[in-house]
Amino acid sequence: MLKEGEIRIPSGCAISGIIDKKGKRFSGEEIIKSIALMHERSNGLGGGFAAYGIYPQYKELYAFHIFYDNLSVKSQVEDFLAKHFEIESAGSIPTKSVPNIKDQPLIWRYFVSPKIYMSKEEVIDEDEFTSRCVIRINKEDKGAYVLSSGKNMGAFKGVGYPEDIGEFFMLDGYEAYMWTAHGRFPTNTPGWWGGAHPFTMLNWSVVHNGEISSYDANRRFVEMFGYKCTLQTDTEVITYLFDLLVRKHKMPMEKALKAVAAPFWDDIERESKEVQNELKSIRTVYASALINGPFSIVLGFAKGMIALNDRIKLRSLVAAEKGDRTYIASEESAIKIICENPDKIWSPKGGEAVIALLEGENNEPKF
Amino acid sequence: MLCWKVKIMNLNFNSPLFEVIRDEKKCVKCKLCVDQCSNKVHLYDEKKDIFKVDDMKCVNCHRCAVLCPTKALVIKKYSLEYRENAMWTDSAIKEIYKQSQTGGVLLSSMGNPNPFPVYWDKMLLNASQVTNPSIDPLREPMETKVMIGRKPEKLEFDSKGKLTTKMPPQVELSVPVMFAAMSYGAISKNAHEALARAADDLGICYNTGEGGLNKDFYKYGKSTVVQVASGRFGVHKEYLNAGVAIEIKIGQGAKPGIGGHLPGRKVGEDVSYTRMIPVGSDAISPAPHHDIYSIEDLRQLIFSLKEVTRYEKPIFVKIAAVHNAAAIASGTVRAGADAIVVDGFRGGTGAAPTRVRDNVGIPIELALASIDQRLREEGIRNQVSLLVSGSVRNSADIVKAIALGADAVCIGAAALIALGCHMCRACVSGKCNWGIATQDPELVKRLDPEVMHKRLVNLVSAWNYEIQELLGGMGINAVDSLRGNRLMLRGIGLNEKELEILGIKYAGE
Repeated sequence: MLKEGEIRIPSGCAISGIIDKKGKRFSGEEIIKSIALMHERSNGLGGGFAAYGIYPQYKELYAFHIFYDNLSVKSQVEDFLAKHFEIESAGSIPTKSVPNIKDQPLIWRYFVSPKIYMSKEEVIDEDEFTSRCVIRINKEDKGAYVLSSGKNMGAFKGVGYPEDIGEFFMLDGYEAYMWTAHGRFPTNTPGWWGGAHPFTMLNWSVVHNGEISSYDANRRFVEMFGYKCTLQTDTEVITYLFDLLVRKHKMPMEKALKAVAAPFWDDIERESKEVQNELKSIRTVYASALINGPFSIVLGFAKGMIALNDRIKLRSLVAAEKGDRTYIASEESAIKIICENPDKIWSPKGGEAVIALLEGENNEPKF
Repeated sequence: MLCWKVKIMNLNFNSPLFEVIRDEKKCVKCKLCVDQCSNKVHLYDEKKDIFKVDDMKCVNCHRCAVLCPTKALVIKKYSLEYRENAMWTDSAIKEIYKQSQTGGVLLSSMGNPNPFPVYWDKMLLNASQVTNPSIDPLREPMETKVMIGRKPEKLEFDSKGKLTTKMPPQVELSVPVMFAAMSYGAISKNAHEALARAADDLGICYNTGEGGLNKDFYKYGKSTVVQVASGRFGVHKEYLNAGVAIEIKIGQGAKPGIGGHLPGRKVGEDVSYTRMIPVGSDAISPAPHHDIYSIEDLRQLIFSLKEVTRYEKPIFVKIAAVHNAAAIASGTVRAGADAIVVDGFRGGTGAAPTRVRDNVGIPIELALASIDQRLREEGIRNQVSLLVSGSVRNSADIVKAIALGADAVCIGAAALIALGCHMCRACVSGKCNWGIATQDPELVKRLDPEVMHKRLVNLVSAWNYEIQELLGGMGINAVDSLRGNRLMLRGIGLNEKELEILGIKYAGE
């Protein structure tokens, strides 16, 4: 059977996310409880988490989480890493044995800083250098897969129900100011750990429920800008879209959202001249960045998270607020189980983003 | 096949192509057929009170048969056949008879009719089932609007998040369809009026072709693309500013590598005035533009046209689909074209040398796929619009074209068929009985723009519904998300190389 990257596998899912906007950190226990409640929305073939703020002692370094199928590819990748990065620390990620979790790969973690002078090209920044290295490893080194590469954040994922994956990685022992989670219901899968979600790139992480019908239009668009969609998943292409719009093209996040979940032409006509001109320009230039078909996503980045539905809300998505916290989940019950009496709970409209940022970051939700 | 260089010789080996059969029992002798046939196939002998028929002149345009009140007329393929021969077919033999009789170049009209593969029919579309929902266009918004023109590589915003990029001019199409370039001269004034009014009603554009723009039609400017071809017929400052875009015609799918040819018999007073050429003179546009001998010259023309229109109008460049179309398209983008129109080898024409039409150029589907892919590999696809023409027959062809990578399509033959064209392919005679490809006032007035523009509106509206239906089925609610979305296509009956060029998988994969 072909694995992700060799074939495109549609899947349904459950998603969940929590942020403390004051930046107060809390353990992974709650997010596991939330995603576990939506057990029926996954089928045991993929689960995962992204956690922000977990490595404060290394917050200036890129934290690489890498899956290896065998030791020989490990040494091959480590040679590459040593050549392109200063490796501050390296070790396997601690796990505990859980009955339902089998066939795990070697799972390693590295804290690194890029040797940017190794770049053959003219000035590129650290992020660009690092992302190119990650894309290269994922593309070239068969049997190795970088599942996360951001700073002060990390992704934990694998084949299994998300609550079992959470237990396997002992996430109750990590503290983060923001957690996102994903339970997967693929229509078929060979059970490859790299194929689980979230998908990440540098500080970006995406958990996503849906099957986008614009996939190939989006893929061929981002690939024009040097990305390589090795996994053929929606989540991967959505991550690259945001990376392109916000990091590379420096679009304000709110404008990028207007590209991926563009307002309808009819609605644009009703806006003032100035807004009309701006929205028209975004739709015209970034027509191929429009994400179409059903999706609900939670996009995580260093400064917070953004939840977004497709423009006609073909997937469920609920948001809630309580004190400093914002909650997002596919189902209301998955919020209520960890936050019984939220101050506010609502179902965001199609195409209308829920933006929850760390305090002090409000005006510039940039990468 | 028709040959118009006439050097009468006594011996004519040719036999009729068609046979007109009259059912005497049904015929009421109203003589409508006699009046209607500009080719003078039907004759009425008053003395004997009988109809005579000259099959040799019949082009099978169906005018008499369709209008006959009692349906007493049938036109059939002439049954005199040559002895069966897979090599020396009927047409191969007849063409030799014609050329040996006249010494002339064979001329043909409309697109390449030969049995080359039609790739539209070898691609199948996808639909949503279970894992994602299809979208019902009757209940949900479904967007088919497209913007044609140059796009900046990216948008820029100031520190307050305000857009600072000034957008280059765009042509807004409510449906991803335009009427293809067909010149006044090749087609009649009434046909042009029907196209112009329909485009106006539909929120799309028609294209003047290379024959200039009749004074009466300047009022449809917002729905007009004006063309500049190598003959520069009817080109002046006011004309260049009359439409919403300018198209530089480098090539045409029906006759790549050669210029246009409007026979002098089609150049009457009004065509002469519009084209700025003498009455009755052949309008022959040269094969190349005489100021474009290379890509850098094209750039100069593009920017001359931009200058004269104050950079307010996008400049399209139309090329024929030839072997290295991808490289040509790439150069054209870099030369500053805002949109590229690629015309496939089945594209129509009023008149083209038969050998050129039938043997030069490549299928539009393959050209489109390789151009789109090449521009993407170079990272410049997003900067231009890509339009294709030459054999788009229905809404499914349009959807497949967009999925392969087109922004929109241009339709010529399909639009003419809506106006009553019966594809008899005798445009070059100038005697079109349907009032389309003629300048004879008696024939032109048969085409009522009031009635006919509505048929065009109907056609494009119907296609738009079908496009919406197909999009919805795929779980897509904006045509933007279909563009270049080749996963929505699967091949059938194609070999590996064809799949590779089209960039699609085989059905079942």
